[in-house]
Amino acid sequence: MRSVTIVGASLAGMRAAETLRREGFDGTVTVVGDETEAPYDRPPLSKQVLAGEWEPERISLYDSEALADLRLEWRLGGRAVGFDAALRSVTLTDGERLAADGVVIATGARTRTLRGTEDLAGVYTLRTLADSLAIRSEFEATPQRIVVVGAGFIGAEVAATARGRGLEVTMVEMAETPLERVLGSQIGQVCAEVHADHGVDLRLGVGVDSITGTDRVEQVVLSDGTRLDADVVVVGVGVIPNTEWLEGSGLQIDNGVACDETCLAAPGVVAAGDVARWPNRLFGQSMRVEHWDNAIEQGMAAAKRLLAGEGAEPFAPVPWFWSDQYDRKIQLAGRSGPDDEVVVVTGSLEERRFAAVYGRAGRIVAVLGFNRPRHVMQYRRLIARGASWDEALEFARSQP
Amino acid sequence: MTYRIVVDFDLCESNAICMQVAPEVFEVRDDDFLYILDETPGEDQRAKVDEAVQRCPKQAISVAED
Ligand SMILES: Cc1cc2nc3c(=O)[nH]c(=O)nc-3n(C[C@H](O)[C@H](O)[C@H](O)COP(=O)(O)OP(=O)(O)OC[C@H]3O[C@@H](n4cnc5c(N)ncnc54)[C@H](O)[C@@H]3O)c2cc1C
Ligand code: SF4
Repeated sequence: MRSVTIVGASLAGMRAAETLRREGFDGTVTVVGDETEAPYDRPPLSKQVLAGEWEPERISLYDSEALADLRLEWRLGGRAVGFDAALRSVTLTDGERLAADGVVIATGARTRTLRGTEDLAGVYTLRTLADSLAIRSEFEATPQRIVVVGAGFIGAEVAATARGRGLEVTMVEMAETPLERVLGSQIGQVCAEVHADHGVDLRLGVGVDSITGTDRVEQVVLSDGTRLDADVVVVGVGVIPNTEWLEGSGLQIDNGVACDETCLAAPGVVAAGDVARWPNRLFGQSMRVEHWDNAIEQGMAAAKRLLAGEGAEPFAPVPWFWSDQYDRKIQLAGRSGPDDEVVVVTGSLEERRFAAVYGRAGRIVAVLGFNRPRHVMQYRRLIARGASWDEALEFARSQP
Repeated sequence: MTYRIVVDFDLCESNAICMQVAPEVFEVRDDDFLYILDETPGEDQRAKVDEAVQRCPKQAISVAED
């Protein structure tokens, strides 16, 4: 292998680049990324940056020296518009074609928007630094009524940050409790209470019918007929993997780039991060994971896969995620679902400091912590070695 | 060449990712604080330490070359 092209200059792509160098790869590494900023970190976009605590410089992933050490060929501000998997050739907007021995697909995901709101000022989604700074300057303007659509992790963080700035927040969620489909209704209820404690007006079990206004948003109309006055709307209703540029490439696209157990999508082509779907042997299920830590781990695994050729290890991690909301640090490891059995193993839901484990089909499949990082990691290890549900409960009983 | 581990405890939020990557070097204890078990762990731990640096979500760990 003499040359590698990495498409997507963010977390997964950059960690892949770093891993190639660390593993001694000495050939050309070309990085194509359609954002113009040097690679930066996204989690602070809904937290410290949005809160006005951090300036954009704080979130760059590398200082200039560390970047120079990686000896990369840059196509920053360049967009991949086509791909031929057999030739491993990436086509850019200006027609340039980059052929290489290896390709890392790391184009991540973009936010879903609400149809019909694209031209309305004051309506935002949050994925990029520019998004975060635009919402932040709205937050800094005159007294504001904020409506957050969607009580998932991003919506919840935006609501928490806005409340931290003393803004009035209404959050609208279609499900009966926040994060119900991920965490189940019992824990979802705790999430709802945390928002209520902090003065968020939470509207559950209703959808958004339309968002009205002439040039700028004025009202959010809910499916039950309620009209909410709004100066700013932030929509957090999920993301779509960026795979359009791979159409007709010969790769299989199925809500993400379909890979094998080792992150390989085609000979010499790997994928990592929010854009990649692969069968995770540990869980016996195909997954696409939208977590920061997975982008790193999979970026590293995919780079090693390229260099290893045959005989690479399957990529079978326990996905891990954190979210900071108010003074709570929420962490989730594994794959929880709404129908899992849930047992609180330490602390209590009432004090909102606890760890809960999730069991399904005789196995522990996930652990959730509210301000309990150490416990999350302990149970994550059990999940990693495929421990049974009984074993997990036994372990819980053995703890002081 | 030796190196030394430096953690910025103002940034660290004890999520124990480093402990999972390099348990010989980092430990988050019952009090939920991070302890550095070995500040100068030596070359055999270097790859794990580098991975911990990369995977710390708060960029709280750095390595000082002496
Ligand atoms: C506001 C926010 C807060 C978050 N908070 C947390 C958190 O607290 N905890 C957590 O675990 N995770 C969090 N995440 C998720 C985490 O940031 C993502 O999982 C991670 O960024 C995924 O990295 P990635 O490299 O796979 O994709 P991305 O970060 O999406 O990067 C993909 C890159 O590819 C570029 N690209 C796309 N298409 C093309 C193309 N055709 N040509 C060239 N370039 C292209 C994109 O512009 C982008 O720069 C958060 C995300 C956001 C947006
Ligand atoms: S990974 Fe970073 S934030 Fe987490 S415990 Fe270690 S040093 Fe602290």
